[in-house]
Amino acid sequence: MNPVRRKDVSSTSQASPASSIAFEYLLRLGDDRLVLGHRLSEWCGHGPILEEDIALANIALDLIGQASLYLKLAGETEGKGRSEDALAYFREATDFRNVQMVELPKGDYGFTIVRQFFFDVFSYHLLEQLQKSSNSELAGIAAKGFKEVRYHVRHSSEWVVRLGDGTEESHARAQKAVNELWRFTGEMFAADDVDREMATAGIGTDPSALKSRWEAVVKDVLSRATLTIPDEPYAMTGGRMGRHTEYLGHMLSDMQIVARSHPGAEW
Amino acid sequence: MIGATVTREAVLELLTEVKDPELPMIDVVELGVVRDVVFEGGAVRVDITPTYSGCPAIQVIEREIVATLSSYGFDDVKVRTVYSPAWTTDFMSDATKEKFREHGIAPPRGSAETTGIAELVSLRRSQRTIECPFCRSANTVQKSEFGSTACKSIHFCNSCHQPFDHFKSF
Repeated sequence: MNPVRRKDVSSTSQASPASSIAFEYLLRLGDDRLVLGHRLSEWCGHGPILEEDIALANIALDLIGQASLYLKLAGETEGKGRSEDALAYFREATDFRNVQMVELPKGDYGFTIVRQFFFDVFSYHLLEQLQKSSNSELAGIAAKGFKEVRYHVRHSSEWVVRLGDGTEESHARAQKAVNELWRFTGEMFAADDVDREMATAGIGTDPSALKSRWEAVVKDVLSRATLTIPDEPYAMTGGRMGRHTEYLGHMLSDMQIVARSHPGAEW
Repeated sequence: MIGATVTREAVLELLTEVKDPELPMIDVVELGVVRDVVFEGGAVRVDITPTYSGCPAIQVIEREIVATLSSYGFDDVKVRTVYSPAWTTDFMSDATKEKFREHGIAPPRGSAETTGIAELVSLRRSQRTIECPFCRSANTVQKSEFGSTACKSIHFCNSCHQPFDHFKSF
């Protein structure tokens, strides 16, 4: 992490302050989905059953597709000629703005499903609001994603109940995942000046306002899954400012290597 | 080909030659991917919208649109991607949906679902019966929410013992 460098980048920007805030906001939307989509894609060919292998690959495709739309809009907003590919493949870990939860290694299937469920319910409520954005392009992209997330929520919530209320082993693994992930969930709702300014402008939405709705759904599903929420007061944060776990850099080295080995290549 | 007589309708008719690469029996106009055709000076602009955010077919469709119109003498073709209104299976006519069944895919039924999240996580399956595209039996079961492409789910018919795809209402 290198805060000095980030400051330099923004101070040399030609863009107006308003557009650099919008750029930052769009990166968050894009990076959450890009990183989680990549983590899901790691299951391709490794799913526990064929149907799930296909399902996870499809959800990964949806998320990476959504990410490319947000990042394309981010690049246009920034006005420096960076495409969605440039933003995805030629930024360092400290320039990524995703929450830390999505960058954690995929773990076992239980971990992947519980994380997906936590994110899907968040994304559902977020996109439900963003489709009313005063920015018509953002509203259109969000409306499209919202329809997709409906299927994701149904898929992941179903599996949370199946695993939690399943066998002794599936329950234990799902509970372990909930315990490990819980401290990472708060970051999705941590609002800062970027969120608040975008909300005030009618472009974005304040994520802290989504928390109670998220909790209501999560508590309902976890209780039906016979899973309990840990008493965990500590919350991880920092991803929105470019502070990440050690895992993101490793993931990016894998995700970015082809584009970086052959810069400018097209296929 | 470009001249005073070329109409929007004529261009739309030419575009019916472009098929969805994943649904070759359906053209991109009846699918609702082509949203509009606009003449801008000497150029023709085709507005398209993707079915799904990550639809890998959209780039192929874009290339095919340019290639097809070029083959009819349109030298300046622009393809613009629009996201609003979001694509829905409601864009397709009943006649188009029937083509799915003829090709062994259960067509989307009714309008896209808009139930709230409480319903989505309730484990209560959608009440809609998905009819088998082969024997029309209603005695079918969903095997997976996601199929060979994001827009399809996988089902099994208990009557004729055939697995089949269903194009989801979206």
